[in-house]
Amino acid sequence: MDILAVLIPVSLFLGLAGLVGFWWTLKRGQYDDPEGDSQRILRGDYDDHPKP
Amino acid sequence: MTDTLTNAPPEPEYPSLAACPACIATPAAVDRARAAAAEKAARIMLSVPDAHCALCIQTVESDLEKMPGVKSARLNLTLRRVSVEAEPGVSAETIARRLEKIGYPAYELDPGQLSMTETDKQGRDLLMRLGVAGFSMMNIMLLSVAVWSGATDATRDLFHMISAMIAVPTVAFSGQPFFRKAWAGVRNGRLDMDFPISLAIVLATGMSLYETFNSGHHAYFDAAVMLTFFLLAGRYLDFRTRAVARSAAQELAALEVPRAIRLTGEAEEQVPVADLRPGELVLVRPGGRIPVDGIVVSGQSELDRSLLTGETLPVFAGPDLVVTAGAVNLTGPLTLRVTAAGKDSSLHRMADLVAVAENARNKYTTLAEKAARMYSPSVHLLSFAAFAVWMWLTGGDVRFALNISAATLIITCPCALGLAVPAVVTAASGRLFRAGLLIKDGSALERLAEVDTVVFDKTGTLTRGTPEPVTLDGLSPEALAIAAALGGASSHPLAQSLAQAARAAGAIPAVLTEVAEVPGYGVQALWQGQRVRLGRAHWVGAEALDVTAAYLGIEGQAPHSVAFADRLRDGAEEAVAAFKAQGKRVILISGDVPGAVGDLAARLGIEDWRAEALPEDKSAAINALQAQGHRVLMVGDGLNDTVALSAAHVSISPASALDAARVASDIVLLGASLAPLPEAQRVSVRAVKRIRENFAISFGYNIIAVPIALVGLASPLIAALAMSVSSITVALNALRLK
Repeated sequence: MDILAVLIPVSLFLGLAGLVGFWWTLKRGQYDDPEGDSQRILRGDYDDHPKP
Repeated sequence: MTDTLTNAPPEPEYPSLAACPACIATPAAVDRARAAAAEKAARIMLSVPDAHCALCIQTVESDLEKMPGVKSARLNLTLRRVSVEAEPGVSAETIARRLEKIGYPAYELDPGQLSMTETDKQGRDLLMRLGVAGFSMMNIMLLSVAVWSGATDATRDLFHMISAMIAVPTVAFSGQPFFRKAWAGVRNGRLDMDFPISLAIVLATGMSLYETFNSGHHAYFDAAVMLTFFLLAGRYLDFRTRAVARSAAQELAALEVPRAIRLTGEAEEQVPVADLRPGELVLVRPGGRIPVDGIVVSGQSELDRSLLTGETLPVFAGPDLVVTAGAVNLTGPLTLRVTAAGKDSSLHRMADLVAVAENARNKYTTLAEKAARMYSPSVHLLSFAAFAVWMWLTGGDVRFALNISAATLIITCPCALGLAVPAVVTAASGRLFRAGLLIKDGSALERLAEVDTVVFDKTGTLTRGTPEPVTLDGLSPEALAIAAALGGASSHPLAQSLAQAARAAGAIPAVLTEVAEVPGYGVQALWQGQRVRLGRAHWVGAEALDVTAAYLGIEGQAPHSVAFADRLRDGAEEAVAAFKAQGKRVILISGDVPGAVGDLAARLGIEDWRAEALPEDKSAAINALQAQGHRVLMVGDGLNDTVALSAAHVSISPASALDAARVASDIVLLGASLAPLPEAQRVSVRAVKRIRENFAISFGYNIIAVPIALVGLASPLIAALAMSVSSITVALNALRLK
């Protein structure tokens, strides 16, 4: 059962990493225009020079 | 709504650079900094209601970026808004005109009136709480799986301890919206949904903490966090629906940025209507809407009062005529002396009548409220009864009895209720928004589903308010040629429409000289040395007809008259036919003359119509219908409809309606066509059916789960299963809405 001492911190760390990632996307305003973003991803004209 | 909108955000304060002594000597630096700040803030917002596809993004953005002075443009497809960063010289008007040319009608939005930032902050706040709850839920669930699969003794206690370390901060952070609302409810002496929710979360967490420290077998951390997560998901959906509706409603209000041209001495200046004071002089150009109540001082013109009274016939306006806000000036410039502006104008006085009528409607209780009213007391009663009975059975084992009582609270907790209704409403209003209907009020969907009678207004609702000639047969080819030329020279809607129809009939405009528009009367010219006139009956020398008409006089000939009928709004015929096919009673009530109303009713196949109705008559008719037990949907756009709109069970107004009418109605039709209305009604009926189904599903779950909890068999595993399965079932059922 010693493996728990490693696995639990690892799982907690992964969860925390996910949470921080989510916080970052929220901060960057990635949920402001879900409909537009879903359409924009299919277009080629941003490939070389992505818009802010 | 208007109250919140008029509060412009305070000017951002620029920190003084004078903190360093040297800066005092260089005020230019401060000015430059201010200019830079102002330039950076030169962000223009426009509403583009017709944008809907990937191609629209490309067309709009690339076209705007080609425009000189525009730095960047970004279209938000969710809100259907384009925000343009431009140099100070570029005005919203020029951008709107450019967009209109490529086929996207755009309207200026006042960024100050759109308190987007606040809504944004609230949404992000909720989303953050939801995210935290979601991630904690996953981690606790992982640990719980180990406990459920048989971890014992020290391992179990350790896992419970770690769960507690995650759950307690999560509940404290993510549960705040519920705690706050529950507290507010308790202070006002009522128990709503949030109280049992908060009680369940707190009791479950507290009990589990106690069990953890006493190495008990059962801890409900997973259930407490899951409950928070599912309910927050419902809250977030609810918030999103409201935010979209609110921002679009604000947008509509911001569309009419009310400005007026004030005359001071010799100068003209554009000012907000709110700044006008009685006694000041205001200039209204042809085509402009009259911004205030006033008296005409100089100028002659004709006024289109169709939005105010429903009559399509323009009236003559000259000095000393008393005019009211909302009428449209047609032909000549008018100078008015303001008698009442802003809050005192007749437009605003109508609001009092509306408030009275709305009072009745606010008493409507939604299905969710009804369910909550039944649910809250029964859950508390059940939980308390379980506590009392087990206290008695076990002879005073408080720990065991509290455990049962907490389990009961968790199992009955209204995940399904809290998630089911927002999910259905979000799905339905999303569908309606795509069809061009904006639901302003949460309960409007349910009320729309109950409708059995539809009352239409005529002018501007079933018709577009733009007249077209009934027939040109009475005109000889040369008269037609003169009409085409004369009509084209005037900006009057009747003249324009006549010229268009004449050209469409193949007439080549005659060659005229000395063309002159006589404001308020018509337009005249010389044709082969003879005087020709197009305008009002007595000016041309003709007998006035009782319908909307223009008169053409050619010297030496008897005057011709051309009768006009209002053009039908797109989809009006389909909408009326579809409502009738659904078995609904369709009624037409208008303020216009009987001839015009009867014609239109016959054209659309409406048997039940009333003409020359005053605003009070309209609302009285609707009240009479509702007193007979009918549920009335009112569709109208004018100021004369506002009272009727708020008296009806549910009301719809087109986006072209006056601000007052849009405020009074529950649903705003964003497109030009009426065709989506019957479909919207069908969607609302289906949505209400789904809500009821979801209630039935969660009631079914409770019937099975509550006895299990009451007899003390509800392990944390069963609680977690019951909660997630019921929540997922209702969410999926909500998404079935087509």
